[in-house]
Amino acid sequence: MRILYRLILIFGILLAGTATAGIESYQFKDAQMEADYNQLVNELRCLVCQNQNLAGSNSDLARDLRRQTYEMLLEGNSQDQVKQYMVDRYGDFVLYRPPFKASTILLWVGPFALMIIVLWLVIRNIRARSILIAPDQSGLQRAKDLLSDDLPSDKRENS
Amino acid sequence: MRFAIPLGMFVLMAGLLGYGLTLDPKKVPSPLIDKSAPGFVLSRLHQPEIKMSRDDFLGQVWVLNVWASWCVSCRAEHVVITRLAEMNLSPIVGLNYKDEPKDAKRWLQELGDPYAVSLMDQDGRVGIDWGVYGVPETFVIGKDGLIKYKHIGPVTNESLETEIIPVLKQLLG
Repeated sequence: MRILYRLILIFGILLAGTATAGIESYQFKDAQMEADYNQLVNELRCLVCQNQNLAGSNSDLARDLRRQTYEMLLEGNSQDQVKQYMVDRYGDFVLYRPPFKASTILLWVGPFALMIIVLWLVIRNIRARSILIAPDQSGLQRAKDLLSDDLPSDKRENS
Repeated sequence: MRFAIPLGMFVLMAGLLGYGLTLDPKKVPSPLIDKSAPGFVLSRLHQPEIKMSRDDFLGQVWVLNVWASWCVSCRAEHVVITRLAEMNLSPIVGLNYKDEPKDAKRWLQELGDPYAVSLMDQDGRVGIDWGVYGVPETFVIGKDGLIKYKHIGPVTNESLETEIIPVLKQLLG
């Protein structure tokens, strides 16, 4: 029990490290603004360290973009307005959840299409196999005939 | 027929992955092309008391080159930018991005100053407004104030010849 407790503590400390990579402390007007800010920095991509979000990156650009986000929220912009500002400058790439449109259709629909194709292939394969396995009636009859013939016991052992 | 499906899938995958290899994941397409150049008011590097804004450049074709003294590839690019400046096609404005003025001045003194004017963006706010995410970056802005071309990363002799100069010549008519 004690070990479990310690493990939880260690994991908590490790996780805390990633969560607070953004070190600046901002003063928020209210809880709503803080929630907006946290949601945005978690959803916007840092463009120089492409597999990190703004919250998780210590790069200069991420810091500047966090500041930009904070200032825009302070001026009373909505989450969508901040996102639009970033998209206008950096493109859809800045969003971790890209919008659904012609150029991203493969991204959104692709996995499901692939799953349906694979499922269809699997079902077809199983059906084809069950047809192969289905016994043919003449062969079954021949086997029955052979079995019903009484064979001497020593021969049966040898065969 | 037995191999048709796996073979087809292999060819499809190989094709897509092969195409992926030709793309550069560092290159984020700029949505700023054919949009109005973002406004700014910035102090000049050599005369900080003089401020310049975007509208000072309206009506002419100009190049904005984003650089910093701490940026290694800017040093490599400097020769090419100097070549472009010597062609006298259009003024090149240097946007000194997140730099110390004294470092920037020393850099220009040491390597030569190809810029018609150098502007200071010390806190990087103008950079963000222009969608800059790494230095160097180079923009070409038309007479109408629209961004016509953006180059990410150092301009090479090749990209100068095949992209920037043709764009400039076309804009200059």
